[in-house]
Amino acid sequence: MGSLFRCEEMTLCQLFLQSEAAYACVSELGELGLVQFRDLNPDVNSFQRKFVNEVRRCDEMERKLRFLEKEIKKDGIPMLDIGDNPEAPQPREMIDLEATFEKLENELKEVNTNAEALKKTYLELTELKHILRKTQAFFDEAEFHHAQMHDPSMQEESVTLLGEEGLRAGGQALKLGFVAGVVLRERLPSFERMLWRVCRGNVFLRQAEIDTPLEDPVSGDQVNKCVFIVFFQGEQLKSRVKKICEGFRATLYPCPETPADRREMSIGVMTRIEDLNTVLGQTTDHRHRVLVAAAKNIKNWFVKVRKIKAIYHTLNLFNLDVTQKCLISECWCAVCDLEKIQMALRRGTERSGSTVPSILNRMDSKETPPTYNRTNKFTRGFQNIVDAYGVASYREVNPAPYTIITFPFLFAVMFGDAGHGLIMALFGLWMVLKEKALSAQKSDNEIWNTFFNGRYIILLMGTFSIYTGLIYNDVFSKSLNIFGSSWNSPAMKELFPSHIQLNPASQYQGVPYPFGIDPVWQVAENKILFMNSYKMKVSVILGVSQMIFGVSLSLINHKYFKHPLNVICEFVPQIIFLLAIFGYLVLLIFAKWVTYDVSDSSCARSLLIMLINMFIFSYPTHPCYLSAMYNGQEGIQAILVILAIVCIPWMLFVKPFILRRQWLNRPHLMSSPKPADGAIDEGEVVHEDGTTRIEAGHEESEEGFNFGDVFIHQAIHTIEYCLGSISHTASYLRLWALSLAHAQLSEVLWTMVMKIGFVVPTWPGGIILYLIFAFWAGLTIGVLLIMEGLSAFLHALRLHWVEFQSKFYGGTGYMFSPFSFETILELASTEDK
Amino acid sequence: MGASAAPVIVITLFWIVIGGVIPWFVPKNENKGIIQTMQFVAIFCVLYIWLCTYMMQMNPLFGPLIDNKTLTMIHASKW
Repeated sequence: MGSLFRCEEMTLCQLFLQSEAAYACVSELGELGLVQFRDLNPDVNSFQRKFVNEVRRCDEMERKLRFLEKEIKKDGIPMLDIGDNPEAPQPREMIDLEATFEKLENELKEVNTNAEALKKTYLELTELKHILRKTQAFFDEAEFHHAQMHDPSMQEESVTLLGEEGLRAGGQALKLGFVAGVVLRERLPSFERMLWRVCRGNVFLRQAEIDTPLEDPVSGDQVNKCVFIVFFQGEQLKSRVKKICEGFRATLYPCPETPADRREMSIGVMTRIEDLNTVLGQTTDHRHRVLVAAAKNIKNWFVKVRKIKAIYHTLNLFNLDVTQKCLISECWCAVCDLEKIQMALRRGTERSGSTVPSILNRMDSKETPPTYNRTNKFTRGFQNIVDAYGVASYREVNPAPYTIITFPFLFAVMFGDAGHGLIMALFGLWMVLKEKALSAQKSDNEIWNTFFNGRYIILLMGTFSIYTGLIYNDVFSKSLNIFGSSWNSPAMKELFPSHIQLNPASQYQGVPYPFGIDPVWQVAENKILFMNSYKMKVSVILGVSQMIFGVSLSLINHKYFKHPLNVICEFVPQIIFLLAIFGYLVLLIFAKWVTYDVSDSSCARSLLIMLINMFIFSYPTHPCYLSAMYNGQEGIQAILVILAIVCIPWMLFVKPFILRRQWLNRPHLMSSPKPADGAIDEGEVVHEDGTTRIEAGHEESEEGFNFGDVFIHQAIHTIEYCLGSISHTASYLRLWALSLAHAQLSEVLWTMVMKIGFVVPTWPGGIILYLIFAFWAGLTIGVLLIMEGLSAFLHALRLHWVEFQSKFYGGTGYMFSPFSFETILELASTEDK
Repeated sequence: MGASAAPVIVITLFWIVIGGVIPWFVPKNENKGIIQTMQFVAIFCVLYIWLCTYMMQMNPLFGPLIDNKTLTMIHASKW
C-alpha cells in the first residue's frame, strides 16, 4: 500500500475479456474507478470504431432526455434527485429504455403541437370577439350620429353604417366595402400612414385598442393589438388594402354588416371560446401529468444513459483479437489494487453469465506510468496545489505531505495577526463542520467552490496565523500583556521629557518576555525599527532552512532512483555551497543574538557587510562594527569561500565527463541497433505486443552519447542553482515585507477608523461607535482578510513552487485519470448547469 | 542579561511532549505516516519561530522609544 510520500507503484496490465462478458466487466471497473485504459486504436476514426452504433443510440437517448428535461424545467416541476447510483443496465435493457424515451418524446411532441394549434385558434377567436365588440361601437356611434340627424322612426335593425347619407349623396347607393381586422399596436401608425399614401386618402380607417394583451401562440409572449376597420370603394382599393394588411401582418376577419348577424356571430364566438378553454385546460393538464411522471425518473435515466455511453466509449478503445471472440485492452493500475480489480472482473463475468473467466495480465513496460497519489478529503487540497505547478514525475518524492504544514506556516508568518487568524480559522471550521450539508447544495458559484474545496487549507492557515499572531503579539493591531512586560519605566524624579528611549541596561529586566514579542513594542515609536531587524532575520533563517530541506529531499530522490553519480556530483556540492554561504550566515545571526548586548551595542557587528567582506577577502579593523566577530574568523571564512567556489566547477564538470567515460567504456552489446529511430529516449519505447522486453541501457545505445547536450544541461543546472541560491534567499524576504504591510494596514485601520469611534462620550458616542465599528469590520474583512489573505496565499505558494521545489522537484509526470463513473457523472452534471 | 531558564524549559518541554509522545499514540491506520510527519514538521516550525523570537529579545541592543503620556501610564499601573 503506497503512501503520500511517493506516488503509487503502477503497472501496465493486459485485459482479456470475452465479448459477452466485456460489457459487464467494464461496468464493474467503472464503478471501481481504479483503472486507466489506453487507446489501442489511436489511428481509427471515431466513426469507424466497433461500437459506434451503440454510442450513437446513447447520444439519441441523451438528446431525448435533454428535451424532456427542458420541458420539465419550463413547467417548473421539481426533479427528484434521490442521489442513488443505479448500475449501468444490461445491453438488452437499453432497448426498453429507448422505447420508453421514444414514447415519451412522441407524446410530448404531440401534446405540444396540439396545444399550439389550440392556442392559435383561441387567439383567432379572441381577436374576432374583440372585433365584433369594437365594430359594434363604431356602428353605435354611427347610429347615434344618424339618429341625431334623421327621423327616429327608422328601425334600428336596418341601420347600416352610413345610413341615409349613403343613399342621398349622388342619388346612387354608395357601395362601400370594408375589411375588419386586428394588427399589432406598434404597427398601427405606420399602417395608417401607408394606407393613406397608397390609397391617396380614399380610404377611411377607424381603430380601437384591445385592452387585454393577447398571447402569441408561437413565442408565448403577451402582445398588444388593435382592432381596425377600413372602408373603401371599388375593387382596386380593396386589393390594395388587402395587400397592405398582408404586409403589416394584420389578420383580417369576416365581419357581417347587420347588427343581428354580428350579435349571432358574437354569441357563437363566445361559446366556441368557452369550449376551447376547456379543451386547452385539459391538454395542459395532460401534459403536466406526463411531465410529472417523467420527472420522478429523469435523473435516474440520465445516470443510466451516461454510464452506458461511457462503457461503450471505453469498449471502443479495446482491440478485437484474431478469433473475434475476445476483447483485449491495456490499462494502467496501481499494484496494490490488483486484487480489487480481479474481484471486480470476476463479479462482471458472473453477472454476464459467461463461463470463460476474464484474464488480467501484468506486463513489463519501459513507458513512464502515470502518477497516482491516493488522497483523502484532507490531503486532496494540498496535493492539488502541488499538482497545479506540475504533476510529480513517476516515483519521485512528493512534496505534498510537507506542504500540508509548511504552506500554512509560511502563510501565517506573512499574515501574523491573531484576531484575523481567529476569524479565518472560524470560517474554515464552519466549512469543515458543515461540509456534508454544503457539498450537497451543489452551487455553481466558482468563487464559493474554490473556497469550499480549500476548507482544510483555510482552517490550517487560520490556526497557524493565530499562533504567529501571538508570537508577533498582534491582535487586531493591539498587543496582549499576559506574562508581564520585561521593560519598565524609569524612576520619576520630575516630569518626563516628551520622549524617552528606555535603556536596556536599566529598564530591562534581564530576561525576555516568555512567549513572543514584548508588548511594550506596540506602544513604542521605534517599533518598526525593531521589528524590521527581527522579521528580516527570521525570514532568512526560515528560508535557508527550507532550502536545505529541499536539497535533502533531492538526496532521497537520488538514492531511490539509484543514481550514486548524482549524489556525488550534484547533491554534495549543492549542499556544501548552500551551507558554506547561507548556513554560515544563519549561524552568525544566532551568534550575534547571543553575544552582543547594550553595553557594546555600537560595536555589534553588521552581518550584511561582514558577508560582503567575506567574499572580497577584506577584513577592516577600524569601525568596530566591521571588525572580526571571533578569533580565527579570517581563516575560517577564507576556507568557506574557497570551498563554495570549488563547488561550482565540481557541479559543472564532473558529471558530464564521468558520463562520457562510462559511455566510452561500456560493454559492446549485440542488441539490434535501430538507426531509423534516432533521438535519445529516456525510456519511451514503442513496445510490441506486451511481452517483449528491451535491454537495459538502451537509451544510450541509440544514437550515441551527445556530450554537448549533457554538458549544456549541466551548465544550466549549475548556473540556476548557484544564482538561484542567492536570489531565493533574498526572495524569502517577502515574508518580512508582507507581514510588515499587514501589521501597518491593521494599525492604520485602527488609528484612523476605530479610534475615532471612542472620541464622543455617552450615548451619542455609542451610536457613532456602532456605525464606525461596521465600517471598521467591513474594511477588516475586505482589505485585511480577503485581500491580504489572498496575497499572502499567493506568495506562500510561490515560495513553495519556486524556491522550495526547484531544489529537488522534477514535475514532468502526467496524472492518473482512471475510468470512473463518479468523475464522468460529476463532469456531466456540471456541464448541465 | 540573557535567557531565563523557566520559559525555555517549559516551552521546550511542552512541545517535546506534544512532538515526541503523541506520535506514538497515533492509531495504526493508513494515515499514520502522514500524521506523524505533519506533527513533526509542525512542532519543528512552531518551536523554531518561538526560539528565534526569544533569542532575539534576550540581549536587546536598544530600547523602545516611548512618549511621556504612555510612559506615565506604564509607570502608574506598574506594568
